[in-house]
Formats: sequence, C-alpha cells, structure tokens
Amino acid sequence: MKKNFKNNITRRKLMKGVAAAGSIAAMPGFVRYSQAASSSPIKIGFQVHRTGIGAAYGRWYDRTTQAAVKVLNDAGGVNGRPIEIVAEDDGTDPKRGAEALEKFANQHNCDVAFGTLFSHVVIGSAPRAGELKLPYFVVSEGHHVASGMLNRYTLQPGITDVKSQVQAMAPFVKENVGKKVTMIYPDFAFGHDHRDYFSAAFEAQGGEIVGKVPIPPTESSFSKYFPKIPRDTEVIYHVMVGPAVLTFVKELGEFYGSKSPKLFGFIDSLEAVDLNTPGLEFLDGSYFWEGNPRYAQANQTEHDKFYRNAVGVDANGASVSDPKDVSTYAHMFGCWETLHIIKKGMEESGYAGPGDRAKLIEAVESMSNMPLSQAHPQGAKIFNGKTHQTFGHQYITKMTNGKLVLAHTTSIEDTFYPDEVDYTKQSF
Amino acid sequence: MDLGPYLLFASLEGLVHAAVLSLIALGLSLVFGVMRIVNVAHGEFFMLGAILAWWVSSFVLGNPALGFLLALLVAPIIAGIIAMFSDWLILKHLKYDPEATIIATIGILYIIQQAALMTFGPDARPVEQPFNVRLDLYWFGFSAYKFFVIFASIILLLSVWLVMAKTKFGLLLRATQLDSETAQAFGIPISTVYSLVFGAGAAIAAVGAVLIVPIQQAHYLMGGEPLLLAFIVVIIGGLGSLRGTVAAAVLIGMSDGIISVFFSPTLAKILATLLVVFVLLIRPNGLFGTAKV
Repeated sequence: MKKNFKNNITRRKLMKGVAAAGSIAAMPGFVRYSQAASSSPIKIGFQVHRTGIGAAYGRWYDRTTQAAVKVLNDAGGVNGRPIEIVAEDDGTDPKRGAEALEKFANQHNCDVAFGTLFSHVVIGSAPRAGELKLPYFVVSEGHHVASGMLNRYTLQPGITDVKSQVQAMAPFVKENVGKKVTMIYPDFAFGHDHRDYFSAAFEAQGGEIVGKVPIPPTESSFSKYFPKIPRDTEVIYHVMVGPAVLTFVKELGEFYGSKSPKLFGFIDSLEAVDLNTPGLEFLDGSYFWEGNPRYAQANQTEHDKFYRNAVGVDANGASVSDPKDVSTYAHMFGCWETLHIIKKGMEESGYAGPGDRAKLIEAVESMSNMPLSQAHPQGAKIFNGKTHQTFGHQYITKMTNGKLVLAHTTSIEDTFYPDEVDYTKQSF
Repeated sequence: MDLGPYLLFASLEGLVHAAVLSLIALGLSLVFGVMRIVNVAHGEFFMLGAILAWWVSSFVLGNPALGFLLALLVAPIIAGIIAMFSDWLILKHLKYDPEATIIATIGILYIIQQAALMTFGPDARPVEQPFNVRLDLYWFGFSAYKFFVIFASIILLLSVWLVMAKTKFGLLLRATQLDSETAQAFGIPISTVYSLVFGAGAAIAAVGAVLIVPIQQAHYLMGGEPLLLAFIVVIIGGLGSLRGTVAAAVLIGMSDGIISVFFSPTLAKILATLLVVFVLLIRPNGLFGTAKV
C-alpha cells in the first residue's frame, strides 16, 4: 500500500517535469528560427531603460519606437518583411545592458540591437556587441562613439553627440547670455563630455569658465553644491539627468530667487518634467538647448506634425492622453530616425539574415546626407561613416510665459569637428 | 559667499538632514532595541512612506496642504500595517533569530522595492510643498518648508520619548527590551508588542519620508541611502538608545551638511564611515550604548 502511494507520487512528479519542460520549450526564447524565410520578421532587440534612473526616457523611447515600427510596417516593413521589436529592460545598468545584448544575439536571434540612451550602459554594452558581432545602434548623445572608444559594430546615426552640441552652443552663450560661466554637470561620462568639450569650445570663443561643479549621479539633494558657484558667475550652465532633476532645478530657484545669474541649461535638466510645476517660475527668460523643440513652434514642419501625431504627443510636448505625462521630446526622435536608417540600410544592402550583418554596417557607413523628411523629422543630418556619428541642427529655446520658444537654430556646420577615429579601417 | 553666511547655510542644510535622519534611525533603533533584530528592509519602509505620500496626495485636489496632511496621516499607517503583516507572515516564524531575520529582511527589502516598482512605476514622483514660501536670507534663499521639517521632526521625537517614558505601552516596551523572557513571565504579550514595535518603527521612518518628499521626490530606489546612513547613526549612537540615536543623527547630519558644503559630499560620507570604524574600535556599544550581552 505504502509502496503504491510512493509510486503514485513519482508518476505525478514525472508528469510535472514533462509539463515544465514543455512550457520552457514554449517560451519565446526557445523558438527556433531555422528558416530565413522572406516573410519572417526582422527582429530588432530594443535595449530599453524601463526601470532604474533612466525610466522616464525609457518610457518615451518605447512609445517612439512602437510608433515608428507601426509607421514602417504599415508602409511594408523592410523589403516586405515586418519589423518585430524584442524589448529587454536593462534597468539603466551597464551589466544588465550587456546581458540584454547576449539575449538578443543568442536567445532571440535578433538581427540588430538598438535604443540605448544612458552613456554608462552604452559603454558597458558596446564591447559585448562587438564580441557578439551584433550591430548596435545607440541613441545616446555620448561622444564615446565618435571618440573611437567603441567598435565597428556600434553606430549612432540618429542623434548628435554632446561634443558637437556644446560646441555649437558656445558662441550663442557668449554673445547672448554671458562671458563668465560656471558649469554644473553629472559626475560621469555624459557630464564629463559636457565639461571637457564645452569649456574648450567656450574658451576658444574668448569666454571664461569660472567654476566647475560636478554632482554624483546618485545625489538626491543639491542645495549643498550651490555655494560652490563663484560669485562673479554671469551664467550658470546646467545639465542634470536622473530621477532627481526636478529637485535640482527647484533648489536652484530656492537658493537664488530672483538674484540668480543668467541660466543656460540643457533640457536634460527638465526632460519629462512639466515646466509649469510650482517653484519653476524663476526659469522664465532662461535659455535651453533642445535636441528637438518640445513645444510645437510657429515654423513647425509637416514632418514634425506627422511625427508628433504618430507618437501621441500634443503641442505642449505632453502625452495626448495625459497632459501631466511630459515627453522626452528633445531626445526620443533619435529612436524614430534610427529605425528609419536601419530599414534603409537593410534595403540598400539586400539584408537577408544575421549573415549579412557586416553588409548592413557597410551600407549605413556609406550613408551621408539625410534630408529633412518624415524619416528625419528633427531636421536634416549629415552622417559620418568613418566616425559612426551623425551631425545635425541644434535648437536653442527661451522660456517665455511657461513655454519654450525657439530663439536660435544652429547650422549643421556649426557642429562639425575633426574626425578622431576611422571605424571603417577596423575588420569585422 | 562669505564664511559667515556660508556656515549658516551649511548648518541649516545639515539640520534638515539631521532631522529626517534621526526619524529614520529612530525607527531602526527601536526595532533593534526591543526585538533584537536588524531590519535591513527599513529603508524600503521609508521609500513606501514617500511613494504612498505621493499616491495619497494625488487624490486631493485644491490646496496642496490638505493632500500633504492627509498623506502625513495615512502613509505611515499603511507602511506600519505592511510592516506588521510582514512580521506576522515571516519574522514571527523565524522566532526572531538574529541571523535568520537579517536574511529574511533582505528578502522583504526586495519584495517591497519590486512591488512598489510594479504598482507605482519607475518614475520620480513629486509632491507639492504644503506651502511654497521662500525666505530670503540676504545671501541666499531658504525654503520655509525646510524649517517646518526640522520643527515637525523635533515634535515627533519628543512624542516618541513621551510614549516610551510616560505611558503604559512605553513601560511594556522597556520591559521587553530589558528582558523579554521575564517580561513574558509577567504576562506581557510579547508577540503583540513585537508586532506593534515593528509596525511603529516602519511608521516613524514613513513619517520622515512624508516630510522629505516635498523637498526631494518619491522614487522606488530611494530607500538605499537612508538605510546606510541610519545604520551609521545607530552604530555610532548605540543600538537601542533613543538619546544616542538623536545625538548621532545630529552629529552625522550636521557634519554631512557642513563638510558637503565646504569640501565635498563624498568626503562627508567617507568621514562618517570612518567615524563608525573608530566608534566600533573604541566604544563598541556606541557613544550612548550600555554594555549588554
């Protein structure tokens, strides 16, 4: 009797084991794509900051990506093959970022990877992309692509880099805002790009950097840094990222009140933040760099109108379904444009499957002029295939009555600098 | 800025920091003092307080002070109930074994953190200040609300002391703290006391969070740093000593404020950690701790 009972349990256990094995085999990662049939989807691994300090950007990068994929698929996809996004949360963490790339390459069998913003995640993931020989299209702004720090498999064709942005800002700041600047920036790669390249460009213009205030990326309270700003500062140049940006700007206002030096900020300090939040009134009259103007401007192009509408963003840069849900408009266009570039590169190279990855990279490297169009709603761009970096117009807006109004648009030439690397000389 | 105003600013910043820190550390110290367990999940109850404050106040339209007051009332209660529930569900069954509870509270830490992430999302949530007044102190501006934080913390610390020293419940707590077996022999319902203390410890940290959230913002990862600082405070002040906790919080908070402003915030943290090492070497029971086995 007892023995019988035991047997029963064993059989049950066996059944359970079979069921478990079956369900594992049914999981998406274990689907085997042996056929490279022409109808199978192009799989794009989307490394997304769903959680961690980049979550606000991740949410909007995701919405932009979904919108772009819908537009592209409605128009026939890539050579008739639909695009499928395989999203993996990287937790805005370099280690998890590298793991996500491994999953894309080995488990999901993705054709390319795409979408990363935060520079430490890009720097942590790119070497793995090179080892996996997985084309890695980042939307990060960091100068690490064009500086030669990464590899042939990492490209940034859809968004300009910090070095070119700040270089184009320097003349405007000196002419229109002030000559003695104190910089406040996050104390990691992205902030260091600002520190190094803005101060060099600004001093070349004859301006003076009187103070540099680095802030650790995990900081949650900022007042204690403000006494370090020298008294003869004419302009505070601020750029901040992470979940505490609103606290940063509020405390800046609290500290100075109406006696503040003039402000020039990168909109990063207020991305995804409602500018009409109480405590931000002091920002009126201050200037911002914007990759793409958050508020629909008087000279809005039909392409921006189309793009804005497709992503679901209203004229104030917030979600059409929730006016409190403000977008990361100055950055997220990069996802839209990068996906259009991937499509174009795949079609031009006759991409059929992972075996053609090198051909895809060569096709993108050979691109140059990218005119203002539905594929490039932020503006025209010139891509440099040698440095894997794109160059484009930059926008300076002025906070006027609670809205950001366009004050200046730089030329693409303003953002050029000499090449620091030639990735095309590296082997695949 | 001149030295005088510089020092004034640094001290004010330090006081705000010290006020909130003493509340967080007090909760941790209370739980250790009475229950003899190290609650690693303490920072997450702080985080819960902050996120619940945002959640509660987002229901109240109109004057932001109303939402804030409601949050001050509701958020600590919910955080306390969740703490009592985790005590009932987990810690009780481990018989409050010191080592097992450390592992268990690490588990609770992750469960609460991820549950908050899944429920309320990964975004930083602002809570509007109940009153938005900027005091212009000539050299620099300072939010009037920050003075309120200092004031409210002092009131709360005093009332905790009153409860501990003057009420019957306080007597039960002190008896349990002194010798739980004897207390049980005298008919004190130890498990109820434990449960209430664990809840109260979480609720006090949550009050600190509700106070700080109009200055900072609620975010699911915000529990880490206060936990570390609270441990530093409790070790320096002596585990289980109310007076020592407050004194150490003021010491750490003020030195953090002043060293951060004059030198660098990283140096402030380095020095605080060094101080812990010295205290452990020279006075292992903390500045105010009494020797216990």
